[in-house]
Amino acid sequence: MAFSRWAAPMFGIVAVLLALVGLWLGFAAPEDYQQGDTVRIMFVHVPAAWLSMFVYACLGGASFLSLVFRHALADAAAKAAAPLGAAFTVLALATGSLWGRPMWGAWWVWDARLTSVLVLLLFYLAYMALRASLDDEAKAARAGAILALVGVVNLPIVHWSVNWWNTLHQGASVFRKGGPTMTVDYLYPLLLMSLAFMAAFGALWLVRIRGEVWRRRAEAAALRAARR
Amino acid sequence: MISQLSLENLAICRGGRTLFAGLSHTLTTGQALALTGRNGAGKTSLLRAIAGLVALETGQVGFGGLDPAEARAGGLHLIGHLEGLKPGRTAGEELTFWRRWLGGSSGAFESAVVTLELSTLLDLEVRRLSAGQRRRLALARLLAAPRPLWLLDEPLSPLDAGWRERLGQIMAGHLAGGGLIVAAVHDPLPIPAITLEIGS
Amino acid sequence: MSRAGALLAREVALAWGKGGGPLVTLGFYVGTATLLPLATGPEPARLAAIATGMAWVALALAALLSLERLFERDFEDGALDLMVLSPVPLELVCALKCLGQWIATGAPLALAAPLAAIGLGAKPELVPLILACALVGGLAFAFTGGIGAALSLGARRGGLLTAVIVLPLFVPPVIFGGAALDAFASGLPWQAGLALLGAYTAAAVALGPLAMAAACRNALS
Repeated sequence: MAFSRWAAPMFGIVAVLLALVGLWLGFAAPEDYQQGDTVRIMFVHVPAAWLSMFVYACLGGASFLSLVFRHALADAAAKAAAPLGAAFTVLALATGSLWGRPMWGAWWVWDARLTSVLVLLLFYLAYMALRASLDDEAKAARAGAILALVGVVNLPIVHWSVNWWNTLHQGASVFRKGGPTMTVDYLYPLLLMSLAFMAAFGALWLVRIRGEVWRRRAEAAALRAARR
Repeated sequence: MISQLSLENLAICRGGRTLFAGLSHTLTTGQALALTGRNGAGKTSLLRAIAGLVALETGQVGFGGLDPAEARAGGLHLIGHLEGLKPGRTAGEELTFWRRWLGGSSGAFESAVVTLELSTLLDLEVRRLSAGQRRRLALARLLAAPRPLWLLDEPLSPLDAGWRERLGQIMAGHLAGGGLIVAAVHDPLPIPAITLEIGS
Repeated sequence: MSRAGALLAREVALAWGKGGGPLVTLGFYVGTATLLPLATGPEPARLAAIATGMAWVALALAALLSLERLFERDFEDGALDLMVLSPVPLELVCALKCLGQWIATGAPLALAAPLAAIGLGAKPELVPLILACALVGGLAFAFTGGIGAALSLGARRGGLLTAVIVLPLFVPPVIFGGAALDAFASGLPWQAGLALLGAYTAAAVALGPLAMAAACRNALS
């Protein structure tokens, strides 16, 4: 707990600094010869998509720890991570849509990556719904952990199957095979933005875990007071 | 088979609240334990903890040296508030299934039907039975598949005075045959039993 | 009759239900399949293009509908407690429940699927493949659906929650089955889709009961 007191603001500052440098480099980089300036959406879209999957991995890891070691902090961490992951997913989908619009004239394309991220959003929503709908907190925590692990097994299958489906149907693709040409000019801002997003996630996650732990303590105290 | 039930320093938490702690008792063959206490004190939770459904906060339950998983799988009966009977099936179908599931013989099935006077009810659907008749059908499991340890949660409540007495005779017979009984009750049991108050 | 056999027979009998059996689920299936031409207009060419896909999706939804009572009934009336207290492992109990569900409702749905697809304009040559996909896919839907049903035990609005949990799990079998049917209709190789569907079903049958049993134990504690 004490760790998060200084770690959270530190992560936050790191996130802001990295984002500033990343965005500055991103806007300084030359235009893509095909896509012009719109390619710069990539600097938000790609890190958001990476983070949405990274957060799910964190959710899975925390759930595993919660099930195996029954550590209350692991459970609070899983619960805290879910809305953040969902937010990154929504950001990835929105920026993907914005990127696709000037390219293809459509607000949404059933591209492999976008479809995978959409299913990932469904996973997050299912997890949050499950935890919210069980009244007994301990049971909700375990049920959520089981669901998260089922998702961890299923997610690669979903990702692969959606990719396969996409190759079958040769649909419109926002992203050229292999992604946009990754010159050094693009790579550095992309990496910096990814690190910035990760640091931002770290900060927000720590803050949310603290909030969850304090909420539980407050509830326990209120219950004890009510019983006297 | 289970010859002893030992409860060592048990504590149970539900919903963040400790129901009771430091509960210890040992029960041997031919003995009955009556659990008393107000509603919500933890009697049902204790029965379910002995059955292995609810996790213990501290302490452990011993089955006289037997492997707990094996003992729970084949050595005890748990008859709770809810009877576990499907409304759309007939009493005979339900009892036959449970007899098979719990590993009883058809001879035991017959004797259960006779003892609890269920023969006229077997062809009726469960939803058409009265509360007392359903309770007798649920209790028939005890006789249709003999097992040494009986965990009973308020077994007498929907029964009338005559059937309470008969159930007392059945329980006495079980104890005489080397069985053990733990029952959560509000009223005194119709058999001699050690009383343990929960949540005081 | 062994314990497992007795349980399976009981599950099939309960899922079949009195008075009508799987007719309710079939009725839902036919009704959903009927909504499509009502929504898009009856031109044969347009319908035929998505006939198999729609029949396949409606099958998934109908399977979803019958999930709610899979564990809920036994959980609420205390029968699940007694099923845990037996030498039969809880994982096997869950598997038998899903199998019973598939036999009682999934198999009849699989027989109805080709009819629905033809009604929507699919070619009759598709019938064997539709039947195969519906049978194998129905098993996948039953076992992955069971995971959702077990996790939502004791939850408010359990039916809706089960659907939300289960839809991401339905994505791979829907893709694989749909791809197989689409490929066959277009004259392309269809074996890959069916093989992948079979593989997913095998994984669901093998791993699903583990999650279901864990979820049931959690709900009973």
